[in-house]
Amino acid sequence: MNITVKLFATFRTGRFVTQECEYPEGTTVASIVETLGIPENDLGIMLVNSRHVALNHKLSNGDTLAIFPLLGGG
Amino acid sequence: MMTTLPIFIREQSVSRLLPWKLQIEAAERFGVPLAQVEEAALERGILPARYQRNRTTMTVGDQLTLFRSCVAVIGCGGLGGYVIEELARLGVGTLVVIDPDVFEEHNLNRQLLSSPAELGSPKVAAAVRRVGDINPAVTVVPHQAAFSPANGSELLADCTLAVDALDNIAVRLELAETCRQLGIPLVHGAIAGWYGHVTTQFPGDTVLQKMYASRSGEKGIEQQLGNPSFTPAVVASLQVAEVCKLLLKQGTPLRGRKLLIDLLSMEFHELSLNEEDGGIP
Repeated sequence: MNITVKLFATFRTGRFVTQECEYPEGTTVASIVETLGIPENDLGIMLVNSRHVALNHKLSNGDTLAIFPLLGGG
Repeated sequence: MMTTLPIFIREQSVSRLLPWKLQIEAAERFGVPLAQVEEAALERGILPARYQRNRTTMTVGDQLTLFRSCVAVIGCGGLGGYVIEELARLGVGTLVVIDPDVFEEHNLNRQLLSSPAELGSPKVAAAVRRVGDINPAVTVVPHQAAFSPANGSELLADCTLAVDALDNIAVRLELAETCRQLGIPLVHGAIAGWYGHVTTQFPGDTVLQKMYASRSGEKGIEQQLGNPSFTPAVVASLQVAEVCKLLLKQGTPLRGRKLLIDLLSMEFHELSLNEEDGGIP
């Protein structure tokens, strides 16, 4: 299935800004995060089609996944 | 007839402006705090001259509303320093400032209230001194304490709203819960490196809770990136604009929306958050 992944802030470094890619059926957010080599500790917001999702969320063909790092400083 | 404070203000004001020198003179002559002179002037439609460039962004009535407002700033570091500075210059009458820490050398690159002379001083004490320097008509209520669910309701009891300038995600969520209990809005900001975000949460909204639901720690990528001088200034200024609008009931706040700021790419993204995502019920 076809998934568009959008990365933000530091997650773009050494990766990409936007990428369309083929993934097997049943792919979860967690598996894409792992494929991209993003440490789970750095994960902030994950959105699928602009809605908050958890790591175990299963993606569907045509979905757009956006991943933002965790910001906590003040 | 004996001259009273209101008569003095009316007679001495020039083009409905009260110059600072006369505000001090009135306070000394009538033995009242500068804040009382400010309120008496504003109540009579006379603007302390220091606020003349606030016109026409806000009316004299708006300025009185700001004067009678009490805003809590939780955290007096990178974000908090700028937030306090801007709220004091804006003319918000009472600031409750909360922070347990003293200034350390690694604060000097970005924290407005810090300076070599302030190293080792409590951050809230520096806030009192700074506001005393720039706008002595503003009352600062300092609490050198860590915000917690145990003291939160008491610390924020008299506040119209709260500004999140914390550096710890768990405490942010505790602050959000305290604001919900007190029924006051919360203006959230967080930073790391070139990046930041801002949102405004009303009682009952759960944007913060949803936003931080997947986190595993108390800190974000600021642990690796640190924070340069400009990111807190940008995010704090956006927070103060939100506070100003909420206090004056003007404009459109970032409710149910989250502004994501990337100063490296110079991109501003807005996320719309519906009820399921913690936005407007």
